[in-house]
Amino acid sequence: MSDPLLVLEDVTVTFDGFKALNALSLTLEPGELRAVIGPNGAGKTTMMDVITGKTKPDSGVLIFDTDHDLTRLDEPAIARLGIGRKFQRPTVFEPLSVRENLLLSLAGDRNPRSMLWAREKASERERIDELLTTIRLVDDRHRRAGDLSHGQKQWLEIGMLLAQEPQLLLVDEPVAGMSDAETAQTAELLRDINRTRSLVVVEHDMAFVRALGVKVTVLHEGSVLAEGSIDEIQDDSRVIEVYLGR
Amino acid sequence: MMRFDRLTPITLGCVLGAAVLLAALNLLTPAASAAHVPNFVISLVGKYLCYAILALAIDLVWGYAGILTLGHGAFFALGGYCMGMYLMRVIGARGVYADPILPDFMVFIGWKQLPWYWQGFDHFWFALPMTMLVPAVLAFAFGWFAFRSRVSGVYLSIITQALTYALMLAFFRNDMGFGGNNGMTDFKDIVGFPLNRESTATGLMLISAAVLSAAFLLARGMTRSRFGKVLIAVRDAESRTRFLGYRPESYKLVVWVVSAIIAGIGGALYVPQVGIINPSEFAPGNSIEAVIWVAVGGRGTLAGAILGAILVNLGKTWLTNAFPEFWLFAMGGLFILVTLFLPRGIIGLFMLRGGAARPEAAADNAPGAAAAESAARELAG
Repeated sequence: MSDPLLVLEDVTVTFDGFKALNALSLTLEPGELRAVIGPNGAGKTTMMDVITGKTKPDSGVLIFDTDHDLTRLDEPAIARLGIGRKFQRPTVFEPLSVRENLLLSLAGDRNPRSMLWAREKASERERIDELLTTIRLVDDRHRRAGDLSHGQKQWLEIGMLLAQEPQLLLVDEPVAGMSDAETAQTAELLRDINRTRSLVVVEHDMAFVRALGVKVTVLHEGSVLAEGSIDEIQDDSRVIEVYLGR
Repeated sequence: MMRFDRLTPITLGCVLGAAVLLAALNLLTPAASAAHVPNFVISLVGKYLCYAILALAIDLVWGYAGILTLGHGAFFALGGYCMGMYLMRVIGARGVYADPILPDFMVFIGWKQLPWYWQGFDHFWFALPMTMLVPAVLAFAFGWFAFRSRVSGVYLSIITQALTYALMLAFFRNDMGFGGNNGMTDFKDIVGFPLNRESTATGLMLISAAVLSAAFLLARGMTRSRFGKVLIAVRDAESRTRFLGYRPESYKLVVWVVSAIIAGIGGALYVPQVGIINPSEFAPGNSIEAVIWVAVGGRGTLAGAILGAILVNLGKTWLTNAFPEFWLFAMGGLFILVTLFLPRGIIGLFMLRGGAARPEAAADNAPGAAAAESAARELAG
């Protein structure tokens, strides 16, 4: 058994006295695909913020890939370590073309000086073509990203994440606002991605979580309430109580 | 990668062509001829070209990095002061007090010795790089703190305004050693060419046109590179770029310093052509006016900044002569009209037409259009 990819131990985040995360502990194995569910305010987004460096925890341990202490790094440094994040609302660079969005996301040097002289390499062109196929936007590659449909933007953003070559992807509500067909395709796409990378997917849509068919973590009031397969979770009395009210 | 675009050759052709034509008509035709361009037109054009350099600098940071600067006049004025110091030093003993070392105003306030920061300015080779270095150092220090502490939007605009205002107050003080209220004037010559000779004025105007063209090409190169794409990404979705591993503050800092250098060069060319530099060049109103030139021409298009600076100043020259008290109202009105009806500026009008016929061009121009839209939102809100 290899070392875990990501370890959260007793992570606590307080906003004005409100405990957004309350001694949250969670372990992710390399290559794992994990679904995280929980009612509103359970701390799902705060958990993502803490992992990606947007929010600093008040206390607790955050270790990525055995020897990186994430609490000491800022967003760009964490992104360069190999943690990618997809936001709930798709955020693509609207005035740029689909290709340019992917080009800027490709793993590589990020300092301004080299970007001034950067020329598109053949390897980059190939990688972009590959990604365009994966996210089914080959015919839209020269379109302005802002002109894409909502679903297409979500996919472009997933493409941008993949371009970063991250070890771990954090995906926040990937199917919000998607049609049933798009939802099914997205589940397929995420499982596909999972062949080479680890993922944490936050989602409300139970059908989608079921379609993923993976280990589920239920968050409630900033800590883990239950963990297991989707069937175990749905039979758990505490989970039912949280979701259906007391 | 490099797309064909018509705007670049048109812009360069207009700037250089007009400058050469006017220079030829000034120097090669007899004064009585109907085709003769009088000297005051040459010096006006030279002044407009310097304003266009400033506008270009502003468009680079406002149009492409979303930094609405309301203090760029400070960098322009600092470049101008560096040039003014050189021009003062080379007057030498020809001043009113005939002091071979001290400029007149220092003798007047009773100084016996040249301050350390005036050393070296009697050499052109020293003063010229200083016109770039001084604005660059100030911009670096300001930008380093502002961008790292993630100050942006209106707050940043207000700080830039405060920066230029503070400098104005400082330069007003006599004991700063920059001539106080009166600034510096009565310049005699520049690298040996008498400033009152018409060929010198024409030469300076031509150099301004050449520098403007070079700055335009530099800005265009920057904004078209991958660096420029990152800048646009930072402008529209700064936090997203962080999660892609970029440090937006570094990108902003680079473009901010480059922009300050361009503005400084503009100021350095401006001073020998208008013959005076004083603290009013730091006045916040100047910087705001320069932002209006960019908005009128078309933010985020570079060529629009040049067009806007020249057109608005032509209008200003005419109006301040014809109806002096009307100018401020006209400028305010112009700004409102452009914001409401021409969010993409004057250049946007042409792009809209050309864009419909050529989809390639539409994609090309999209950044500018989006820039104008967000500019309009910023200004309206």
